[in-house]
Parts: sequence; structure tokens; C-alpha cells
Amino acid sequence: MTFRKPLALLAGAVLALSTAACQAPGSTPAAPAGSASAAAGGATGNITIGIKFDQPGLSLKEGAGYTGFDVEVAKYVAKELGYSESQIVFKESPSAQRETLIEGGQVQLIFATYSITDARKARVSFAGPYFIAGQDLLVRNDSTIKGPQDLNGKKLCSVTGSTSAKNVKDKYAQGTDLSEQDTYSKCVTALAAGTLDAVTTDNVILAGYAAQEQYKGKLKVVGAPFSTERYGVGLKKGDTAMCTKVNTAIAKMQSSGEWQKALDKTVGPSGFKVSGDNPPKTDACS
Amino acid sequence: MLELIRQYDILSAFLATIQLALVSSLGALVIGTFVAVLRVSPVRIFQFAGAAYVNLVRNTPLTLIVFFMFFCLYTLLQWHISPMSARSATHAFQWGVIGLSIYHAAFVAEALRSGVNTVPVGQAEAARAIGLTFSQTLTEIVLPQAFRGAIAPLGNTMIALTKNTTVVSTIGVAEASYAMKNAIEFSPDVLYLIFFVMATGFVVLTLPMGIAFTHFSRKLAVQR
Repeated sequence: MTFRKPLALLAGAVLALSTAACQAPGSTPAAPAGSASAAAGGATGNITIGIKFDQPGLSLKEGAGYTGFDVEVAKYVAKELGYSESQIVFKESPSAQRETLIEGGQVQLIFATYSITDARKARVSFAGPYFIAGQDLLVRNDSTIKGPQDLNGKKLCSVTGSTSAKNVKDKYAQGTDLSEQDTYSKCVTALAAGTLDAVTTDNVILAGYAAQEQYKGKLKVVGAPFSTERYGVGLKKGDTAMCTKVNTAIAKMQSSGEWQKALDKTVGPSGFKVSGDNPPKTDACS
Repeated sequence: MLELIRQYDILSAFLATIQLALVSSLGALVIGTFVAVLRVSPVRIFQFAGAAYVNLVRNTPLTLIVFFMFFCLYTLLQWHISPMSARSATHAFQWGVIGLSIYHAAFVAEALRSGVNTVPVGQAEAARAIGLTFSQTLTEIVLPQAFRGAIAPLGNTMIALTKNTTVVSTIGVAEASYAMKNAIEFSPDVLYLIFFVMATGFVVLTLPMGIAFTHFSRKLAVQR
């Protein structure tokens, strides 16, 4: 009995310490080394950019390299900021970790199908948008589903903690059986196998999957977008200098035709057509 | 904080966690007892089968087992317990329970085997001497004492199981960590509060379990 109390105290102290350590990077507004100096210095050092690693057509890790539209835009913007391609370090940024990665300074910019929303603006700032996507449905080729109104009694899949899942839940899910997986590829596998009727998320992401070799001719994007998702570039909150630079780079990419070229090269082969809002005008930085 | 709990329906998420934990514990106990009996049986091939189960399942990551259950057996082979037309959430819950049960059965079996080892050999010998068969010896003499001796390790397994239920959020069961992912995504501004609420939730679930198991392991211990 005698040794129990000090042990409990010790455990308490360790717990308190670890919690404090965990909180430090997020709660201190001072930028850790990297972001500020890199942006000012231009061509010195590396720039770390957060992308997804698992979205065909947008940003996919293939062997040692990365392909996709987000990657192309990221490379172009980095070039305009004064970084050569060898100075870019790509880091995986899963949806649920994006704000934390930026706040902690682990990444300077995020190009990861990152929709601009007010809730996210509370923790990060956005440059862009550089692309306007819309929520759509991916179905099997022989499906009769024409839009969200046909989803009653159907099995629908999306990703846990994504805007699309929430959107469907709020507006259309009354009669729909929505299940959520942690990656889109799981949803798409189940759709192709026949245990699900539809997968929903942004049309451009779905198009990337439909164009994959193993699903060619089996799956199709319905093509009736029912939301507007404005993909922005996530960066440290309040960093207007960086935001302005990124916006200038995006505008230049669009006017020079590089934007269209990148889109045709990456998402084009899936037969996907962009909506009329593209290419978008960037928002003012604040 | 109450607002957060209401908005993401965290209470019903924890209810799902409790359901998962209870049903899976029961499943793990049944399978685990069976495997433990195999391991202590006098037949070599049964011993081998029990040992093989424990070593194979115990050394496979739970994520992999749950993933295999859902994607190979359900999605691709379309094995099902409820009719295929049942809601996806029902299928996910059932396969999640099966995965959790199979995985933790290996730990239950080992806990029970340690319990069997606390029963003196004399007990089994005495049972045989008065003419009881193997199954009578097992069910009347050895297992009741083994369970009482194994309450503490069984309790550890159940606490581990409760926390491991978070793994089945990968196949879309709407339990606590699933609610947490949603909360983090849509309320990134209160990240630390979300962590705090979730951690508290699990402590509230597991702490009384730990106290109860410690209490019963003392109270029900076989006095020798």
C-alpha cells in the first residue's frame, strides 16, 4: 500500500506533461522555423506541401513520384514562389489532419481537394480557389440512378468526416442508407462488387476513380452536380503575404493556359468535363 | 461542450461502442472458452488446433482481421448474416462484432488457460478418481475454478476490447471514434475539447470495469 500514492502522483504528472506537450504546437501562434524564412528567402531551403496520396487523377503517389491535377498546380505555384521542383517535399495530408498540419507548421501549403469553408477559416487561411468542383454520384454503368433524388432506399457510400457525407445527410439522406468508410477506394471497391449502389463526393474525385484501369467501362459519374466545392490552397492563418503570392501564381497559371493543360493531362482522360465556373477567379486575401 | 456532444450525437456513438463491446465480449468469451478447452484437452490434434488459433490470431493486427471480414467475406464473397437488403450499418456492425470476437477470443483463451493452470492437478485427479468423465471434470470441477482464477486477466481483455472497438470505424460502424472523426472535420476549432470529451468517455467506460474486475477477482478467488 505504501508505494501506491507516489506512483499515482507520478502517473498524473506524466499524463499532464504529455497533454501539455501535445497542446504546445497548436496553441502557440508563433510560427515554428520554416514557413516564414522560406517564404521570404525565396529559393533557399525546401517547401513542404501537403497533398493526398490516394486520389487518382488529383494527387496520387505512384512509386517515387506524384501525379494529378493538385500536384500540377502545387508544382506550378511552388515554381512561381521561387522553388525548383527538387526543393518541393510532398507530405501526405489526410482530410482530418489538414488544419493541424498547417497550424503545427509541418506543411506550408496544402493542395488536397481542400474545400473553402467558414469552419476551416477559423484555423487556417485559404488562397484560391483554383478549381470549382461539385458533389456528384458514381454508379455502376447499368444503374438507373440519375441524381440524388433517386437515392431513396439505395445504399450510398462516402468518407467519414467529409463535406459530401454531411451534405447528403443534411439534405438527401432521409430515405437513403448512407455508410461511411475511411477511404474512397473502399467505397469504390464495394460499389464495383455490388454491395453498394452509389458513391458520393466531388465529381472530379469520382472521375479519377472511374478512369482507373480496373473500373473502366464498369463505373460512371452521373454528371448532375448538386453542390459547389471551391478548392483552395490551405496556408497558415493570417499569412496574407503568402496568400497573395499564391493567388498571383494561380492567376498566372490560368492566363498562361498551363491550368487547362494540367487539367487535360490529369483528369481529362476520364472523359470528365469541368463545369462552367472554371477556371475560377481567386478570392481576395484577408 | 454539451453543444458539441449534442451536435455530433456523441452519446449514441458511445452507446454503439457499448453495444459493440458487450456483444463482442460475449462472442469472444464463447469462442475463447472453446479454444481454451481445445488447448487443455488430452487429444494432441485438438491441442495443436487450439495453439494454432491462438498464435495465428493473436499475432495478426486487429485492423487486418476486421478489414478481411468486411471486404473479403462481405463485400467480395457477399457472405451475410442479415439479408443483403439490410442497411449497410447493420452489416458493418455484425462483421465488426465477428472480427472483434475472433481476435479477442485468442486473448480470452490464454487468460482461461492461465486460470486452468491455477487449479491444482489434485482436483482433476480427484474428479477422475470418483469416476467423472473428461467433460464432467472440465465443466463441473476445472472450468468453474479456472474462470474464478482468470477474472483479472479476463477483465484486462475486456477493457482492451472496449478500446479496440475504435478500429471498426474503418468499416463504417458509427461508434465513438467515428463520431470523433466527424467532429474533428467539421469543428476543427475545438480540436482539444473533442479529444478531451472522447478520452473522458472511454475512461468513464473502462474505469468502472477495471474497479469491478479487481473487486470480483478478490471476492471470487478460490480460497486454497
